[in-house]
Amino acid sequence: MSESAFQIFINALLANNFVLAMFLGLCPFLGVSGKLDTAFPMGVATTFVMLVASLCAYGLNLLLTYFGLEFLRLISYIVIIASAVQLVEMVLKKYSPTLFRALGIYLPLITTNCAVLGVALFQTAREYDFIQSMTFSFGGGAGFTLALVLMASVRERLTLSDVPSVAQGTALSLMLAGILSLAFMGFAGLGG
Amino acid sequence: MSQTKTWDEFMEGIWRQNPVFVMVLGMCPTLAVTVSAVNALSMGVATTFVLICSCALVSLTRSFTPKEVRIAVYIVIIATFVTAVDYAIQAVSLALYDALGAFIQLIVVNCIILGRAEAHAAKHPPLPAMINAAGMGVGFTVGLLALGTVREILGAGALFGVPLFGAGFQPWVVMVLPPGGFFVLGAWLLLFAALERRKQRKLAEVATNV
Repeated sequence: MSESAFQIFINALLANNFVLAMFLGLCPFLGVSGKLDTAFPMGVATTFVMLVASLCAYGLNLLLTYFGLEFLRLISYIVIIASAVQLVEMVLKKYSPTLFRALGIYLPLITTNCAVLGVALFQTAREYDFIQSMTFSFGGGAGFTLALVLMASVRERLTLSDVPSVAQGTALSLMLAGILSLAFMGFAGLGG
Repeated sequence: MSQTKTWDEFMEGIWRQNPVFVMVLGMCPTLAVTVSAVNALSMGVATTFVLICSCALVSLTRSFTPKEVRIAVYIVIIATFVTAVDYAIQAVSLALYDALGAFIQLIVVNCIILGRAEAHAAKHPPLPAMINAAGMGVGFTVGLLALGTVREILGAGALFGVPLFGAGFQPWVVMVLPPGGFFVLGAWLLLFAALERRKQRKLAEVATNV
């Protein structure tokens, strides 16, 4: 692989933003982006899970390849991600109960966030080495947080404006996401 | 179980609780693979297969699955079937496998499947669970096709790879790019909201006239 770590980071953060260009992690993106106060912590929590998952997936992939058990990859990845989410949940519950309650159901749902499994799968498919994997997952997580925060800020403003009642709700969020995605297309080619 | 109830159970997923348009679940594959109708159809079929098989197995094992670890059990069951589908698609059509990419493996984290396993299959015997799952799967496929066809027609001027318009057609490229997915799904939701609103108004008119 000739891609430098910086290129991978920029690519994952902007040009191939996980949410807006690769459609990963849309459920929390549409679900938690109502308020800025919850959007940012959610992004950070997801980024942390992504880093842990990417780290474990890297080691696990070496092990599975060594034993020739590639067909177990998917199952073992998902088990690792579930454990990582459990860990984050316990830490949050102990240190910030308010945040724990605010994130509610979306916290355990990080397990089924395709962005997290996506990181693990993509880094395997692209045969990234250790440094590349870590920058890729960090860039992806930062990109996810960025998209979530942008979306939440726009939606906070929108609660004050006069939207036709037919368009309120998911339809409006999707249109917004489309416009954001259009803006992010401007970054194409930035990562080289 | 009577005939009509079975039919209701099946139709529920297709219309009243359509996973794409009503429940807005499983968004990631919905938007990512629907650049063409063929991709949308194969993704729908693959998901339906996993959905039916997993729901059947979840339903069969429901009496002795411990409550505390049930989610983990479901995930492992789903992941098993997804691995099978993954290898099957790879064997049947490599071009399709490349087009769908990681999204075949990402069926594991499709909320529709886990949702069905938890909300329906875990509480019902295998046959109704499978019928319900089949309905949901077909509903999901219909939703994917609704997006895939619109995006392919607008963005490539073709349907199932067959060109529809003459050589003078200027493709609306943004429709097959990521933003198009958001716009088309948003437009479909708008349409359904508008229709629903009209129905409500008609019903209200009838009520006031009486």
